[in-house]
Parts: sequence; C-alpha cells; structure tokens
Amino acid sequence: MPDPAIEFREVTFARPPALPVLDRFRLTVEAGEVVAMVGRSGAGKTTLLKLVNRLLLPQAGAVLVQGRDTRDWEPIQLRRRIGYVLQEVGLFPHMTVGGNVSVVPRLERWPPERVDRRVSELLELVGLNAQQFGPRWPDELSGGQRQRVGVARALAVDPPVLLMDEPFGALDPLTRAELHAEFRRIQSRVRKTVIIVTHDMGEAFALGDRVGVLDEGHLVTCDLPHRVAASNDIRVRRLLDALPSVPRAHTDAAAAEHPSESGRTASAPPGDGR
Amino acid sequence: MKAVLTFWALHRGELAALLGQHVLLVATATLVAVALGVPLGIFAARRPRVAAPIVACANIVQTVPSLAMFGFLLPVPLVGGVGARAALVVLILYGLLPIVRTTIAGLRGIDPSIRDAGIAMGMTSGELLRQVELPLALPSIVAGVRVAAVVGVGSATIAAAIGAGGLGEYIYRGLSMVDTTVILAGAIPAALLALSVDGALLWLERQLSARRRTRSVRTALGAAAAVMVIVLISSGAASGRAHGAMVVGSKNFTEQLILGEVVAQSIEREGIPVQRRMNLGGTLICDRALLNGDIDAYVEYTGTALTAVFHQPIQPDSSTVFAAVRALYARTGRTLLPALGFNNTFAILVRGDEARSRRLQTIEDAARESSHWRAGFGYEFVGRPDGYPGLVAAYGLRFPQPPRVMDLTLSYRALASGQVDLIAGDATAGLIKALDLVQLEDNRHYFPPYDAAVVARAETLLRQPKARAALERLAGRISAADMRAMNYAADVEHQDITAIARTFLSRIH
Repeated sequence: MPDPAIEFREVTFARPPALPVLDRFRLTVEAGEVVAMVGRSGAGKTTLLKLVNRLLLPQAGAVLVQGRDTRDWEPIQLRRRIGYVLQEVGLFPHMTVGGNVSVVPRLERWPPERVDRRVSELLELVGLNAQQFGPRWPDELSGGQRQRVGVARALAVDPPVLLMDEPFGALDPLTRAELHAEFRRIQSRVRKTVIIVTHDMGEAFALGDRVGVLDEGHLVTCDLPHRVAASNDIRVRRLLDALPSVPRAHTDAAAAEHPSESGRTASAPPGDGR
Repeated sequence: MKAVLTFWALHRGELAALLGQHVLLVATATLVAVALGVPLGIFAARRPRVAAPIVACANIVQTVPSLAMFGFLLPVPLVGGVGARAALVVLILYGLLPIVRTTIAGLRGIDPSIRDAGIAMGMTSGELLRQVELPLALPSIVAGVRVAAVVGVGSATIAAAIGAGGLGEYIYRGLSMVDTTVILAGAIPAALLALSVDGALLWLERQLSARRRTRSVRTALGAAAAVMVIVLISSGAASGRAHGAMVVGSKNFTEQLILGEVVAQSIEREGIPVQRRMNLGGTLICDRALLNGDIDAYVEYTGTALTAVFHQPIQPDSSTVFAAVRALYARTGRTLLPALGFNNTFAILVRGDEARSRRLQTIEDAARESSHWRAGFGYEFVGRPDGYPGLVAAYGLRFPQPPRVMDLTLSYRALASGQVDLIAGDATAGLIKALDLVQLEDNRHYFPPYDAAVVARAETLLRQPKARAALERLAGRISAADMRAMNYAADVEHQDITAIARTFLSRIH
C-alpha cells in the first residue's frame, strides 16, 4: 500500500487567544480521491487547506503530503505540486486568460511552445475554446467562465493534488450545477487527489467521493455521501436541515439528482447561460 | 501678452536653453526620486512598522519651504552649495514623498485573494513582486510620479535662486526689474510645462489602469525610460564646468545683474570664457558659493561684507572699512579688488509728494512722522545688523506696527502706491527717479559705506592674470550717476541687461 496522498495526524492549529481552529484533527485522503469537507463559516475549512500547501504550519501534529511532513517540504516546490482554486478565483486582472493559466508553467521555465500547447489543452479540458478565450481578460468573462479558468490554472503543471476553497460558491445554481458536472468529467480524466471545502452540503454530495463534516475544529464524520446523509449526529443533521436546497436524506434522492443535472448541462447554451 | 511674445522672439535661444535646463532638472530629479522612492515604498509596504516613520520623515521634508531647504543645503559638502546639483538634491527630496506614499498605497490596495493566489501557486516573494504586485500597483505609482513631476516643475523655478538656471531665472529677473513681461516670460512656459507633464503622465496612468496592457504602452514606458536615461547621461556630461571658464555670480536684483554682466563681459573681452550664475538669492548664498568655488567672482559692497558676512561692528569711514574687509577676505582665500567707484548705501525713501508737503529732508525729520507711518523692508534689511534694528535705535523711529517684510524690489512699488510710507532701498536704484521717490539724508551717519567692489577667489586670479588686470581696470570707473543711469535703463526703460553692460564697457574703454 503506497502512502496516502494527504494525511492529517492529530493536527492542532490555533490563533490565540481564540479557541483552536483545528483540534487534534485526523484525516487521510487516498490518491485519486475527492474529499468534500462541509462546515459552517469559521469552522476551519480554509485553515485545513492552507495547512496542506504550507501557507500555515500546524502547532501540534503533522500534515503529510505524499508521505512527507509539510515542514520538510521546500514550500515553493510543495506549492507548485498542489493546484489551488479559490472562491474569488484570484485571477490576475493584469494578465489574459492564457497568461493566467500559464503562470506556473512560466515560473517553472517551460519552453514557450510547450506553454502554449499546455494552455490550449487546459482551456479545451475545462470547456473553453482556446483561440477564443486565451487572449481575453478576466473581467470579460462570466463568473462560471472565470471558475473554469481558475481550475485550468490550478491544473497547469499537472499537480497530483488539487485544493478547492468554495470553488463554486459565488455562482448561480444553474451554472453551479453545470460546473459540478464539468468537474466530475474532468476528474474522471485527470484523477487528482482533491480536497474541496464548502458550506453547501448539496455541493459536497455532488462532488465528493467522501463527505466530511467539520464542526468546532473536530471532524464529526467522513464517510460515503449516503452514509453521511443518513447520519443521526446532531451536528451533521444541523447542516443538512439548515440548507433547504439539500435533498432529503435518502440515498436515492442524492443519486437521482445527477442525471437530471447532466441533462441540463448538455442542453445549456455555451458560455454558462450568460 | 504681445510684449511677452516679443520678449520670447528676442530671447529665443535663451528661452530654449532655460526651458531645457528646467526639463533636465525636473526629469533627472524625478527619475532619481523614482529609483529611490519605489524600493523604499516596497520596503515600507512589507514592514508596516517602518512605514509610518518613513512616511513621517518624507512628510517633514515636504513641509520645509523650498527656499529654506536650499538655505540648509548651502553649507553641506558634496550635495550642497549653489548650482544644479544642490537644486537636484532638493527636488529629489521633494519628489520622494508622493512616490513612496503611492507605492505603499498601490501595494496595500491589492486584493489579498490575488496575492494569496500567487503565493499558493508557489511564487517566491520576488516573483510575486515582479509578476503580480508591481504590475498591479503601477497605476498608483505613476500617479505618485505625476505629482512628484508637477511639484518638481514648480519647485524648480525657485531653484533659480541658487543659480540652478531654468525658467525661474526669468521670474526672478522679472521680479527684480519689476517687469511683468519678464515674469510672464518665465511663468507661462513653466505653467505650460507643468500642465503638459501632468497631462502626459495622466494619460500614461489611465492607460495603465485600463485592463488592457497593450504592447504599445509597454513600448511607450520603455521609450520614456530610455529618453530619461539619455537625458540624464547627457546632463551629467553638460553639468561640468567648461574647461578654463570663470564663473561670475550676482545677487538677485537689477544692479547686481548689471554689475555681474559688466564683470563677465570685461573678462570675456580678454578671451577668457565665462559661465554666468546670476540671480543668486542673497548675500550669504553668494558668499558661500564663492567660498566653495561654485563661483569665482561677484560684486559685493564693503559695508555689507563687513557686517553681514564678517559680523564686525559698523564703522563710518570708507577707507577703514575697505581695508578691514580686504583683510578679512584675504584670510579666507579671497581677494577684494579696488572699489568700482560708487557707494550704494541704503536709501531711506519716502514718496516725493509727502516729502515736499511735509518738508522732509533727513531721516531725523521722518522720525517725527513715524508714529502714524507704516514701514516696508526687504528680507535682508530686517535681519542685518546694519539694517532695521540699528536704524530704529539710531533715530528713535517709532512705527505703530512692525514693518511689512517684502521683496526689496516690490517695496518700491508698495511705497509709490501708498501701501507703505517708508522703505529702505538702494541709493543707486533707477526706480527712485522713475517713481518720484525722495531719499532722506542719513544725517547721523548710521549706515556704513557700501562701496561696490569685485571680490574674487585669489586662486582664480593667480591662474587668470589677464582677468585680474581687466577687473582692476574697472576701479573707480563706475560713478553713482553711471549706476543710477544703468539701473534706470533696465528697470524703467526695460533695456536688455547684456546690452546695457556692453554699451557701458565700450564707453569707458
């Protein structure tokens, strides 16, 4: 059995004087697995991601990426092996779409032809016409298109790990559903190890191979979606009940959503309906 | 306006040269301020704890009036003294604040999620700075450069006071001749220059703020930088003193400009090249410049040298004063050449009609009237030991209000138009006759003699014996009447100073 892609070992992270954001947190993510972490605002979701790419270091315990403690990784090297998609996308406004997507390849000093080839490949992968979108500027894109560019940028040097922080949070429901389907399509091709954090249980069910629930620094559960949906834990139920858009706690209901969403995606006009 | 156009047409070459100096001064200062200010701003933006003191320092520098700053720098070695170098230092200091401030603001204004994205993508701090932070802060930085450059165009006019040249020379010359045409001849191009610099940089700023960073803008930026560098290098080459040339200075009023020109032309007649550094802002600036070797010669008045330069008590006898001053100068490596022949004492002046109706002839007479008068004096007169305080004591003058302090040349107009009732002017001023003013007699002999004489660096005179001989030939050749006539020609008839000096020299040789 190879090392798990990402492992949290009894990780504690606190910003004194507040209570610990994460308290003896344990989680193992296998290579090629998508784990969706759900929690309310301030539950420590973003902290979780930042511990993986060493934007933060744990005060106790250890985070292991590909079997190696993040403390032992050279931070720049580590980060270039980890794609990061942010909620506000964080596209550089002074660079074109092509420029944004090619940031890391250029940092890695790839030869220009290879960079160009990779940009076209990635834009096509995320469903954008490279010729048409490559020279555009971020503020000329719709929210959905920007997210697609954000994903393409994160995948640029084919990193084994992808971290996504509320990646589709700011989108309208239709576009979001479309991108969920897109994400699953892309993931089926690239097979990355992915941690997605979201406050939306529905999104977690739609994307995660496993769904984790984070509450006050503890991992309440991390299991297959239908088992989480069936959980009787009050902290899980609270998240499920708080969201009217969440399907009823039936395995079938969650599963039944998918084909209808895909159908919608197929009939939606290009350009995310904007 | 027509007069201004005529003036420009007549002085095309000089105007172009002054404009060139002005642009050069501002461009160089701005470029250096950018080179220092942007790194300083980056440093400060990353360390909030040092940002406050840095901005505070820059703020304090900005609040020092530029003339005062030039004054502070006079005695400082290397950067101080008179001339373009000192002016450059002052302009750079002024330019720093806006640039540092906008660099900090530009960097701090960047959306944190964008910076986070860069870090999370594995950018080193240098890569983040070059590829993300600086490009995004650039419009803000250019806004700061714009402020610095426009302020620089304005401050550079004042730099003429320390002989840095530029359009301020016309403004000062115009002020000293009370000639609006000359003032406008300098002020209008300075204003236009400020407006066009402002416009050009505003355009650049807009281009950079626009999301599209086209290749042409980048090319324009590169070209602008290249032009500035070329200008800088050529200025470095041009600022050096021409080989073998003598530098002649003068203070900033009409008589000094004429005498400076007379001295310069006398030397030139011997085939020695002369560089002119006229219009220096006062006795102490000239003295310092002579001491430092920034200038080789200028015309000083014995009484002024005795009291204002050497801080000696006032003495009434002309030849005693001359001998004393000559000895004092000799001690500091300078030679006082024989007196030119006239005594430009302070003239206590009142309006002609007033003098006649109240039968005023002496300063003593004026003391009677002083209780309902207002006095107006030049900056130097108020502060000098042989000036206002001693005069009040010697004659028992009792003005109800403290004197109004104003530019010496403007005080003649202020007196004539009734804004003040008594001033201390120059006995040789052409305006005395032109404005119908009357000089009151110093019957208690308060003022020391002010015999005009060339003072020069001894070392220069040794090296240039022909120049020395030429200057010695001027001894006793300029009478008070000559001087008054030349001042009148310049101030009242608006004749060209170079021509006045040339005519005079042809007449006495």
